[in-house]
Amino acid sequence: MNSIQIRTMARDFILNEFLPGERPENLTDSTELITDGILDSLATLKLVAYLEKSCGIEIAPDELVPENLNSIAQIANFVQSKQAST
Amino acid sequence: MTVAALHEYLEQSAKRYPQTCAAVEANSGRQITYGELDALSDQVRDHLRRIGVRPADRVGICLPKSIASLAVLFGILKVGAAYVPVDSLAPPARNAFIFNDCGVRAIFVEASRAEALRCELARLAAEPSLLPLDWSDGPSPLAAYLAGVEAGGLAVEDESARPGPDNLAYVLYTSGSTGQPKGVMLTHRNGSSYVDWCSEILAPDANDRFSSHAPFHFDLSILDIFVPLKHGATVFLIGEELGKNPARMASIIAERRLTVWYSTPSVLTLLVEHGSLDARDDHALRFILFAGEVFPVKHLRRLKAVVPRARYLNLYGPTETNVCTYYEIPQTIAEDRSAPFPIGRACSHVEARVIDANGRNVPRGQEGELAISGAPVMLGYWNMPERTSAAFHFDSSGRWYRTGDVVIEGDGGVYTFRGRRDRMVKRRGYRIELGEIETALYRHPAISEVAAIARSEESGVSIKVFYASRDGHALSLIELKRFCAHNLPAYMAPDWFSHQQLLPKTSTDKIDYQHLMRME
Repeated sequence: MNSIQIRTMARDFILNEFLPGERPENLTDSTELITDGILDSLATLKLVAYLEKSCGIEIAPDELVPENLNSIAQIANFVQSKQAST
Repeated sequence: MTVAALHEYLEQSAKRYPQTCAAVEANSGRQITYGELDALSDQVRDHLRRIGVRPADRVGICLPKSIASLAVLFGILKVGAAYVPVDSLAPPARNAFIFNDCGVRAIFVEASRAEALRCELARLAAEPSLLPLDWSDGPSPLAAYLAGVEAGGLAVEDESARPGPDNLAYVLYTSGSTGQPKGVMLTHRNGSSYVDWCSEILAPDANDRFSSHAPFHFDLSILDIFVPLKHGATVFLIGEELGKNPARMASIIAERRLTVWYSTPSVLTLLVEHGSLDARDDHALRFILFAGEVFPVKHLRRLKAVVPRARYLNLYGPTETNVCTYYEIPQTIAEDRSAPFPIGRACSHVEARVIDANGRNVPRGQEGELAISGAPVMLGYWNMPERTSAAFHFDSSGRWYRTGDVVIEGDGGVYTFRGRRDRMVKRRGYRIELGEIETALYRHPAISEVAAIARSEESGVSIKVFYASRDGHALSLIELKRFCAHNLPAYMAPDWFSHQQLLPKTSTDKIDYQHLMRME
């Protein structure tokens, strides 16, 4: 999966699950997801479960940190690095 | 063993078990013995004395949960001062309000958050000493800080203070209905009467390993901090980040062979639902304690299936009294049961009764307000004499704290929770005044009207905000969430927002909450 595919997938999931009615253009690649309260801890776990399933990766408990998941851009980088290492 | 001051638990255990491990940072695995923790908190005490902290002063703690924050807490008590813990991740303006409100003389603060806190304190014209601990310097920020300030220090008395049992020991701030948090003042006796009750129920010994999941500003932490240290047991400190990670917490419970777990039901639900707590592990848990909210029976049933050998206690009590009733969950839960379990009988260190609005006893089987008296009942709210007197009912039988919780007394003095008298709700164990959410959102320049309501659903309590905007357009949900994240502690964030042209009004032109409750 390339970066654009991962970004689109993550963006659609977050908009559908956690931001019903939000205009898609308001959610940018750099919107802060965790530090700006868009994803609470439960939402973060749901997102991780979705990424694992749809990207075929396994995310270790130690990797559930804001540095990996705080924006769509960071998610894409993180998922790609996971895919490259498997 | 009853003590006059809470830090005596540590001092006595340090004499008996100097080499025993007192605390472990569950995340990093760092640990400290009783002897070392006692000595480190002595150094904190000496430093606080050098900078002018006196008995009966207040000292703030704005630190991540760690061995350092534990040693700081005991150092403050050893001066004879009271500790004031806050959520280090909460908005700095809110923390500055709290520290200014109770006039702290000094604040231990995580170095990376010191500047933001200093700015907010300056706006309030408050100038307590900020004592920064820097984790980027290494794993022992407190030892590093103390080494840096020690040189050339004045000699001070090297004995710990011996405050009386009715002296202030800690101030815990909870959500306030007027939009500002209020400080619950608790004494050494308030804390020790509860700790001694825990000893009676849990019968801990030096082989026990306790969890410490709740943050120090949350009243659940009183059990986690003082009960294990009283008995020479070990406490596993679970910080903010780890506390949200069910998979890692589950492996710590199994690998570290924890024997007593205490948290909100939400955290326990997370541990079971996210498939991480596993029946195949040979758990050492003797007790699973939960408090702070209703535990949905279907999740409790699943938890019992995963950890069948532990005893389960539902603990109940507001911050103003800490735990005052408890109920042991039966070994088997009936298949068809969906009603939540009772909050149970009064603990042995309190007296409880059910009263009406005038303070008269309500007959058994009828709804009334639960009132509590005895050793653990708070002194009052910091600097709020009127709120304090409104919180109590006085009569010939004594001073009764009115919990605001509506209960029914059943057979054997077992109480069942029915609801609240006011607009306070509990979600994931935290108490939230809906008025505080409204006050925060009114500060948003585009919002003209706002009303928050809470709904009880099967999965727990959810908070919905209705609002109207100045230009009549809905705000971006991202913008609303961002605004809340920067103006409210995370635990107060609403679950839903609903834009309205105008909010419905009653005939007296007040917001019609009854109408909002019926809206979808």
